[in-house]
Amino acid sequence: MYKAKVLIKRRASILDPQGKAVEIGAKNLGLKNIKNTRIGKYIEFDVNTENKSMAEEEVNNYCKKLLANPIMEDFEFTLDEIK
Amino acid sequence: MNNPKFGVVVFPGSNCDHDAYYSLHKVLGYEVNFIWHKDNDLKESDVVILPGGFSYGDYLRTGAIARFSPIMNSIIDFANKGGYIIGICNGFQILLEAGLLPGVLLKNISLQFVCKDVYLSIENSDCNFTKGIGKERILKVPIAHGEGNYFADEDTLNELEDNQQIVFRYTSSDGTNSENYNPNGSANDIAGIVNRNGNILGMMPHPERCCDPVISKTDGSLIFKTLVNNILN
Repeated sequence: MYKAKVLIKRRASILDPQGKAVEIGAKNLGLKNIKNTRIGKYIEFDVNTENKSMAEEEVNNYCKKLLANPIMEDFEFTLDEIK
Repeated sequence: MNNPKFGVVVFPGSNCDHDAYYSLHKVLGYEVNFIWHKDNDLKESDVVILPGGFSYGDYLRTGAIARFSPIMNSIIDFANKGGYIIGICNGFQILLEAGLLPGVLLKNISLQFVCKDVYLSIENSDCNFTKGIGKERILKVPIAHGEGNYFADEDTLNELEDNQQIVFRYTSSDGTNSENYNPNGSANDIAGIVNRNGNILGMMPHPERCCDPVISKTDGSLIFKTLVNNILN
């Protein structure tokens, strides 16, 4: 079995108004050096197979077809064996 | 066909399904069936409405999970055979996630949920959803959404413009297009688009919320009546 950890980021070319709004909070907190806040998603789940390439294929499909929208998001993931 | 049948799809979290039913059936007198998202049968609908709401709680991305509901396979077949589909608000988001229309809807640039009447210019008066309303007519239709900021890459936007796929743009009450009248940051002031074949309309404004003369706003009914007239003739 594998633990999949998926990171989904909004593409650099797409504005992130949510990140901008959060950064206003940082300024209000007095944090002067925070810049370019961008908000993404972190998703983790288990993949119930011993076959790593099968696990990779399935996670890739999950990301491409459902977890991320390739029009606005990029994704990356890691797989760690769990016992 | 004497009287077209409408089908209103009900997803968990749809909340404009009854508004659509009320306007189409009680106000406009069309035959309307509800279609449950777990079914496969479109009940011989001539026009399928994907209504507004918050399907699956907007989890992950708006429309992303509804797009994989069992009924969507039948809807994609229906669309490919030229069936008429109107996706309103969350329904528009579902059509984009399903790839039946291009682009995505991002959070409103203001990050605020915007609920108000807006004015729409008719940019394409040749498609069956608008042919007959008149190009000069400005429609007053309400919006109510937090994620209606239409985005697509430049090539897609150029394609939409070149192929007259932009049906509605946000405008002023006298038809002046300017970003001042764009409520959500949508690229090119886009409020509604059609596919290349002209049978699938996606729009953020809610025509089903302005059909009944009792509320003194009826511009939404023009879209439904126009479509019915055009597909009957």
